[in-house]
Amino acid sequence: MSVIGHWQERLGEGTIVKVCRWTTSIVLALVALTILTPTPGVAKAKAKESTTKPRSTIGAKTSTTTTNNNTALRATTSAAPVTTTTSPSLTGSINVSAAASLTASFTDIASAFEKANLKASVTLNFAGSSTLVTQIQNGAPADVFASADIANMDKLRAVKLVIGTPATFARNRPMIVVRRGNPLQVETLADLGKPEVFVALGAPGVPVGDYARQILAKAGIEVKPKTLEPSVSAIVNKVALREIDAGIVYVTDVAIDEYRVDGVAIPDDQNVIATYPIAALSNTKNNVTAAGFVSFVQSPAAQAILAKYKFLPPK
Amino acid sequence: MKTMTPTRRRPKARPPVAVLVLATLGGALFAVPLVAMLIRTPWRSAWSIVTEPELRTALRLSLVCSLSATAISFVLGVPLAWVQARLDFPGRALLRAITTLPVVLPPVVGGLALLLAVGRNGILGRYLFDWFGVRLPFSTAGAIVAETFVSMPFLVLSVEGALLGADGRFEEAAATLGASRWTIFTRVTLPALRPALIAACVLCWARALGEFGATITFAGNFPGTTQTVPLSVYQAFETNPPAAIVLSLLLVAVSLVILVTLRHRLVVRT
Repeated sequence: MSVIGHWQERLGEGTIVKVCRWTTSIVLALVALTILTPTPGVAKAKAKESTTKPRSTIGAKTSTTTTNNNTALRATTSAAPVTTTTSPSLTGSINVSAAASLTASFTDIASAFEKANLKASVTLNFAGSSTLVTQIQNGAPADVFASADIANMDKLRAVKLVIGTPATFARNRPMIVVRRGNPLQVETLADLGKPEVFVALGAPGVPVGDYARQILAKAGIEVKPKTLEPSVSAIVNKVALREIDAGIVYVTDVAIDEYRVDGVAIPDDQNVIATYPIAALSNTKNNVTAAGFVSFVQSPAAQAILAKYKFLPPK
Repeated sequence: MKTMTPTRRRPKARPPVAVLVLATLGGALFAVPLVAMLIRTPWRSAWSIVTEPELRTALRLSLVCSLSATAISFVLGVPLAWVQARLDFPGRALLRAITTLPVVLPPVVGGLALLLAVGRNGILGRYLFDWFGVRLPFSTAGAIVAETFVSMPFLVLSVEGALLGADGRFEEAAATLGASRWTIFTRVTLPALRPALIAACVLCWARALGEFGATITFAGNFPGTTQTVPLSVYQAFETNPPAAIVLSLLLVAVSLVILVTLRHRLVVRT
């Protein structure tokens, strides 16, 4: 008792509270600093922009909209296809909702697009395609949607949210993802049926889950997954955390995370190739830039980026 | 149930218009989504949706998990609340902060922390597996652990509050009459707290029933083993929206009944 009392005098609750309070204020200050400090990339882009026009926010906004209208007019009057890689006329910001498996490649493509169109900016939103569809159906501000399967794109087409016909811009090969070093020696699809192997698949409606179920059904293998995840990233992360032993994702996911997970190829005759459609959405307020991004994704520059990440060309 | 309702002797105030308008807006924020849900509920198919085997499985699992979580919370949480309320020791404020953390923490963070602690490769989890062959993640037990993690603080908080407000003289009297410390705890302290304990358990259960983030992160999502009602709402929202609405309404109804019943216990009393 006396010992406790002594310690309380030396290091009472007051001290702990004070330390906590100080830590909180320091952390808050750091967070504020991080938020307020512009990232170098953005700063550079802004600086480039400022050389072409004065940097007054209101002025910039109005000038953006006027140029936007001009481009719209130009686009309608000149029927010739615009080669987006060289066209400097795309402006304004667009939101691109893309399948989780496109995270790395679309991040690169978006910055290439911004470099080619200095007045345009792209905000990316990645999630499982089915989650994105639900978001878009419920009014999420998306100008472009890139899905990992046709079924999810069709859900948006059915409710007239898609402009025109979606274009296939890539294909992808499903693959078995296993823990680094493959400790349970998963070599075939049949190994996924073993009770000691913890398997994660995509949930119903999530493209990678639906492809996986097609593959397993075709091979006649019964797998009892431990969990049904909302996106490829969620599956890869659980395998990388070593909480799940194996799952079915895409070749591209394993390629990105090759330091955290390993991959086991699925033989072509057992595999189902994933098809990725992209389309501009009818809710967009920036038709031209949305359409420009869609055609940019199909341009050689973007296709090279997709190939670098091991996507297959669209036929 | 004596003197449960606080006596209302406050004079009837005539509210300023601005306060009234803002309060209405504030109330609408909660009321409108509820009304929207009621309007959009497919009442005709509601019963067939609730009785679908998949959703029945989710309901049963939710009941099992939330009741188990409440039982564990009771066994571990009441002693914890007692320690926090009655013992004077250095670092008590820190302990209080830690045990209350899940109330304000995003549950996903809780789930991640649980994976790192008792996951298959967690700092404790790997020994659980090596020595006992126990694997918590992606099992029903894991869902129970996740729900306990998130809901127990609610029980601890309310029990601790009740203990702090309780009259300590009965315990002192029992001690002078020679009762052992354990007897005092079980025969004097706990019975005196019974109404508070019941309220705390119901609150804890309600929180466990609604748990989502920690469960999906730590226990995963699989029908029959870890897909509780909130998880199945989340999934149905993408595949079968009417079912999502009906299930949501069910959760809302249960929570509302609990909150209305416990109204007097949950209001902060000075």
